[in-house]
Amino acid sequence: MTKPLVNSFRTGPDEKGLFGIYGGRFVAETLMPLILELEQAYKDAKADPSFQAELDSFLEHYVGRPSPLYFAERLTEHLGGAKIYFKRDELNHTGAHKINNVMGQILLARRMGKKRIIAETGAGQHGVATATACARFGLECIVYMGEVDIERQKPNVFRMKLLGAEVVPALSGSRTLKDALNEALRDWVANVEDTFYCIGTVAGPHPYPEMVRDFQSIIGVETRRQMQAREGRLPDSLVAAIGGGSNAMGLFHPFLDDASVEIIGVEAAGLGLRTKKHAASITGGRPGILHGNRTYLLMDDDGQITEGHSISAGLDYPGIGPEHSWLHDMKRVEYVSATDKEALEAFQLCCKLEGIIPALEPSHALAHVMKIAPTKPKDHLMVMNMCGRGDKDIFTVADILGVTL
Amino acid sequence: MSGRIEKCFAGLKEQGRAALVTFVTAGDPDYETSLKIIQGLPKAGADIIEFGMPFTDPMADGPAIQAAGLRALRAGQTMKKTLKLVKAFRAGDKETPVVLMGYYNPIYVYGVEKFLTDAKVAGVDGLIVVDLPPEEDDELCLPAMKMDINFIRLATPTTDDNRAPVVFKNTSGFVYYVSVLGITGTKAPDLKSVQKNVNRLRRHTKLPIAVGFGVKSAEQARAITRSADGVVVGSALVSAVGNSLTKAGKPTSKTVKAVHSLVSEIASGVRS
Repeated sequence: MTKPLVNSFRTGPDEKGLFGIYGGRFVAETLMPLILELEQAYKDAKADPSFQAELDSFLEHYVGRPSPLYFAERLTEHLGGAKIYFKRDELNHTGAHKINNVMGQILLARRMGKKRIIAETGAGQHGVATATACARFGLECIVYMGEVDIERQKPNVFRMKLLGAEVVPALSGSRTLKDALNEALRDWVANVEDTFYCIGTVAGPHPYPEMVRDFQSIIGVETRRQMQAREGRLPDSLVAAIGGGSNAMGLFHPFLDDASVEIIGVEAAGLGLRTKKHAASITGGRPGILHGNRTYLLMDDDGQITEGHSISAGLDYPGIGPEHSWLHDMKRVEYVSATDKEALEAFQLCCKLEGIIPALEPSHALAHVMKIAPTKPKDHLMVMNMCGRGDKDIFTVADILGVTL
Repeated sequence: MSGRIEKCFAGLKEQGRAALVTFVTAGDPDYETSLKIIQGLPKAGADIIEFGMPFTDPMADGPAIQAAGLRALRAGQTMKKTLKLVKAFRAGDKETPVVLMGYYNPIYVYGVEKFLTDAKVAGVDGLIVVDLPPEEDDELCLPAMKMDINFIRLATPTTDDNRAPVVFKNTSGFVYYVSVLGITGTKAPDLKSVQKNVNRLRRHTKLPIAVGFGVKSAEQARAITRSADGVVVGSALVSAVGNSLTKAGKPTSKTVKAVHSLVSEIASGVRS
């Protein structure tokens, strides 16, 4: 890497919640006092050792952290280049990285005395994680989910209901994740007194992008320690899939100032970037304002938001976390994309070679690993974030492969 | 300032009555019908026109205004056409204030400077941009003030005495008090709490205060204008548009009339 343009990539956001020009607090006035209250509450919690101790304890005993850093030996042999490690966040309780952030936010909600939790979900992983934590602490839980996503993620919908959450279909707009977010914001505006909005990704108004990143950074912090223990040095490259970008930011953030570490985020190219059927906000979008922050978005020439498309319901959000937008502009992180087809191939390869059924989200990261690992020397250490397990996706995959279950 | 908003409230004060502020979505259900709707609003009893700039993701709006925005977008409405509508209206009406209301992204993408210039030329008097709180004043509020376009801010039940000075600092034209916690067109306002909050906010601002969100009838309008300087009706009007359409979403002979007669009815509540 050439000389960095700033002293550190890890100091953002500023006091206005900005990463460069990205981020901010673009919300209705009704929500402003709540966001300011949340910012203060989070600051206080961060400075309180008992909060971190409580979170650490739940992460260890309830979530099952640390997650292993696993050497994918057969995949490494198969690709014949870089030494590939998986950060196994799919082994967390509830099967994805989402719970890391949810535990943090729910403990914060309890600290703030909030009794009613709302969340949005796309693939359902964040919804399941939120429903899980709410069940654990006896909190009311309402999850907004696009009607289209409810249809394609039935197992997770049932799981949330078993956990006692109410799943409310978002019937507006494209009836997917962005609309679920709109509905959650509308709920929050109407229920400001007792409600905590548990956002699932590193987006939304300040302080969410920072807070969610901090809670997910456990992924990168552990990876650093584990790689030091295994190999005695830092990894050479990191690869993670990006929808809103929370698993990626969690892995990347602790490494941003290590110039020797190449960092790559993989967006969903859907049917291809030349078609309109993709969800690659950075590669195929431009800066705009949605859901409380300025960031790269998919939209038309008139500023109307367009629908993202991906085989993975967790990646088809038409935006991306603002810190990613900044890291892209600063050229610290490289953003690439993988198509539905490439992700599906990676999914199948991983099942057969490693005995791990990955979620379709990390399958995109894996697809990129398959492209670049063969070009790297054998002593190149590559970490891919296996951020979710694929049990929820077997119906989608079976459908595409023409198999009737 | 163009001064139309100020002049309007001053004139009404002399008459001893409050303003009726009417919201309709630009280009709903299509350009031509939308133009006829706004052209007839002043005669029907509207004192100020709020014109919604359609957006795919209106996070503070309820189902009625969401649907109106999508109808307009489907009919091909764009920011350019919205400004053209204002210009066409202004050609026949030099007095009635026009306020554009919506979300920031379509303005940001159009280009802030270009938007303000074109809006000024078209005859726009004020802006209400829901997702631009005072914390983001550098974006549009301050540039708009420089162009003599009023930046009208929403105050809400969560705008307490600490927050009110922040909210009103760069507000001009009037203050739009959101009478309920929630989105447009859903809950009915609690009149007692409206009166209490309007009186409380008056301690922080000399600007006229208009009250909206959930106002549907002449009776509600009458009650609200006992304490407020204006009342805003929106969802009820765009619902009247929606209910008058064919199954395919096309306007009928009833569409324009439906809006105007509802405005006349509510105006009777404000004027009595």
